[in-house]
Amino acid sequence: MAAPIKRSRRGGFDLRISAQERDVLVTLPETLRALLVSGDADDPVLKRLYPSAFADDEEASVEFDAIVHDDLLEQRLAAIDTMERTLQARHLTEDELVAWLAALNDLRLMLGVRLAVTEEATPGDFAGDPEAESAFELYRYLSYLEEHVVAALSG
Amino acid sequence: MEIPPPLGAGGVEARLFPLRVFGAGPRLSRRPASAGEPPTKGCRAYPDGVAQTAPVETERPVGEEDVVPDVPWIVIVWNDPINLMSYVVFVFQKLFGYPREKATKLMLDVHHKGKAVVAEGPRERCEFDVSRLHAHGLWATMQKDR
Repeated sequence: MAAPIKRSRRGGFDLRISAQERDVLVTLPETLRALLVSGDADDPVLKRLYPSAFADDEEASVEFDAIVHDDLLEQRLAAIDTMERTLQARHLTEDELVAWLAALNDLRLMLGVRLAVTEEATPGDFAGDPEAESAFELYRYLSYLEEHVVAALSG
Repeated sequence: MEIPPPLGAGGVEARLFPLRVFGAGPRLSRRPASAGEPPTKGCRAYPDGVAQTAPVETERPVGEEDVVPDVPWIVIVWNDPINLMSYVVFVFQKLFGYPREKATKLMLDVHHKGKAVVAEGPRERCEFDVSRLHAHGLWATMQKDR
């Protein structure tokens, strides 16, 4: 099977994913955006996206977060915006693909934390819960896509 | 981390996120710069010449902190079940300029031992590194090197 993302001879990258795959991706950016701007500090996904910087110093971690949080949020939102804007594109610039990588990774973190995945997780772990099953299927698709984005950017 | 399929070797682009806010080398700590610290001292991740250092403070408060030796800090990346192994290698190469072999070894340390020290240096430099690792979705912390 051909790689879904390949460096193009005319510069940038060709994005060869089907209309069906793009449809699957359509609602994801907005879901992540809503979560990010919710600012719910107790949400486990946000805790994972903004971990404590000092393992042994809560006060310093809070101070650190106060300084960097808005910048990280701005970067994350910008990456989501780019992915959303170029979702139907056949060709991406390098900057756009880098934004896709950032957004894909944050989306995987969001789904992975929600599903409490382990490294050995299989679809069978989510059998009987249709919502979790389809979320895990989506997670695995994002993993596949991100793997190819990393390969394309590294090649 | 998840097991990736084999990837082709190759260079890594020098930019992922526009970290313009961090570009000036922020001082996040309230601790005054220690006396006698050469501007390029420290983090092995940053060869001399490329190192971004905090602005030198010309008026240092005179006090006990001036005689306390600067304890180096370390940046630790912890294992997590979500980030792809290939992605972690990619991020280590991109952020720290490590060769692929070193980035891969660090990633495998994270994967098998649960954590790895990926950079070390003055507090400000480590804060900068941690913020960039967080921007890339890695689980990173920093602490004094004991």
